[in-house]
Amino acid sequence: MAELTGRPFPPGRYPLVVVGSGPGGLQVSYWLRRLGVEHAVLSSDPEPGGMFLQYPLFQRLNTWSKPYATPERGTRSYDWYDWNSLVGDEPAHCSLVLEFMDGTSYFPARREMAAALGAFAKRAGISVRYGCRWEATLRESEGFVLVTNDGEYTSPLVIFAVGMAQPWKPDIPGMELVPHYVATQPARAYAGKRVFVIGKRNSGFEVADALLPWARQIVLGSPRPPVISVLSGGAGVRAKYLVPYEDHIIGGGVFILDVTIERIERAGENWRVVTSGQKTGPRTFTVDEVIAATGFGTPLRDLPSIGVTTFSQGRLPRQTPLWESATVPGIYFAGAITQGAIGLRKFGHPGNSAAVAGFRHNGRVLAEHLAHTYFNVAHPHRALRADEVVPYLLAEATRGSELWNQQGYLARLVTFDAERGCVDDGIIPLPAFVDAPGPDAVAIAVETDPNGDHHPTAYIRREGRVSEHAIPTDPLLNFETDRHEKELSEVLKGLL
Amino acid sequence: MPQRGDIIDTMASLALFADLSRPQLEAAAHTFEEEWFNQGQRILRQGFSGSNFYVILQGEVAVQINGETRATLGRGDFFGEVSVLLGQPPTADVVALRDLQCIALAGPDVESFLVAYPRVMFRMLQAQARRLQSANLWRS
Repeated sequence: MAELTGRPFPPGRYPLVVVGSGPGGLQVSYWLRRLGVEHAVLSSDPEPGGMFLQYPLFQRLNTWSKPYATPERGTRSYDWYDWNSLVGDEPAHCSLVLEFMDGTSYFPARREMAAALGAFAKRAGISVRYGCRWEATLRESEGFVLVTNDGEYTSPLVIFAVGMAQPWKPDIPGMELVPHYVATQPARAYAGKRVFVIGKRNSGFEVADALLPWARQIVLGSPRPPVISVLSGGAGVRAKYLVPYEDHIIGGGVFILDVTIERIERAGENWRVVTSGQKTGPRTFTVDEVIAATGFGTPLRDLPSIGVTTFSQGRLPRQTPLWESATVPGIYFAGAITQGAIGLRKFGHPGNSAAVAGFRHNGRVLAEHLAHTYFNVAHPHRALRADEVVPYLLAEATRGSELWNQQGYLARLVTFDAERGCVDDGIIPLPAFVDAPGPDAVAIAVETDPNGDHHPTAYIRREGRVSEHAIPTDPLLNFETDRHEKELSEVLKGLL
Repeated sequence: MPQRGDIIDTMASLALFADLSRPQLEAAAHTFEEEWFNQGQRILRQGFSGSNFYVILQGEVAVQINGETRATLGRGDFFGEVSVLLGQPPTADVVALRDLQCIALAGPDVESFLVAYPRVMFRMLQAQARRLQSANLWRS
């Protein structure tokens, strides 16, 4: 039937179903295919790309893909300098975003990103049933039934990679009248206008940045002070969008205010935004336009009705460290939704699972976990000689893109086993290592301390107890030195 | 689906935040992140650096030293502050006894938060004084 219609994956029973054809769905399907796990991929979209088919609204991403870097393009180490390409194990599948960039910026344009995702799907031979919209979910004894516009799919395992793609607005009187970020008009439509942007995260700053040449006055207002990446150690509003912030600092017509929005009203052609704030007191702003840059949620449809619990006002599902629903076994998540699985959060640092750079690595870990757990596929591993372990771990801490893209979240695991010897057991989320029983092992991660210094941290499990050992940083972030070897060898004494 | 207002209402009912006005509560609530932990999950880890400050909105945790439970904490209680204030790793694990909803403040942000909200700092001191008192009673 699939061949007759030209569309793969007709309705029926599958060992595993992936929903979504954005970067999260493509990445996890890629690794499932490499591992030989039979699965169907369904997508309501007409083509691959997910939210990059539409966003960012003002056309350029805020994450870099550097055409030139120290490592060779197409290598694992290079992935740290190319945050937007999906990852693969063949040169033809790697660093694809660079191929489509025109050199005018190292932040790819939206269409360049979408083209690279399309090329990845095509070159890797990822099959997707496009135009197949997941509409409802049933929980049955044999697993789950996904009801789609094409028919029903039954599977014991489902991975939802549906993105943080659903416009979300907080429950504030009048907010329903306000256009969401996704409905923002072309920038010139705001020429000479006073604009109130609700929200001070990346999308709020993206809008403000785009309106700078046009708007008469821009107010960014929300309760929480902006978190600026260059000040916070990486999380928050990216430096690319800092011009409005500088404009605010020097008093140039942009105002960034910490205010609670009490309500929003129409006043003829204008809007009234009624606010209160500790510094500003009660204050009403009369403006020409209001934009709700209040973020996105996960389009979970009816999953809460079958027991999937959520947090952050329903925007994210609660998850285990390996991205399974905390309350409905068999339902997994990939892509940006995996930001709902918090890591160790040391010093408050979240992982980087909200971005392609981070979740692309989660996708491989998830595929390997599912292949091993449900499909009897041996977990990829590699034997190491004892004298290789320390240099290998330090090389990973210096050059491993997984550890750098997912600082404090993903780690390289080496297990010490009486029978197997020293074994590279791949990449693992830190909570899945430090809170789980197992043989003696070391997991090395890259972390950032409150001073902003990046350094390796070794988590060592001996006889079931895990201890933490911070390894000093290096001014050039090169941890492959005699000093680092000596230090790591010391903490691994007795295991090698 | 719980709204942000629900979290603010819950915070308003807790002794720690009892002295804050509604606008202060709103602002304070947005300084914290909502976090959920599954039953059995560790929130603080004995000997690990980088702790944060947590206030329990619902659920219960065990404070464990070397696997032995020394105390349990519930709604309105907080933990992590000693480690954050002293800049030292916690001397105990804190483990969710059942599904746990918390609000969390990143360790590096705790000082500025307490300085901005001195009434919360006072309430925290009171709670610490009570803990010290009961620890001394227990010892005697």
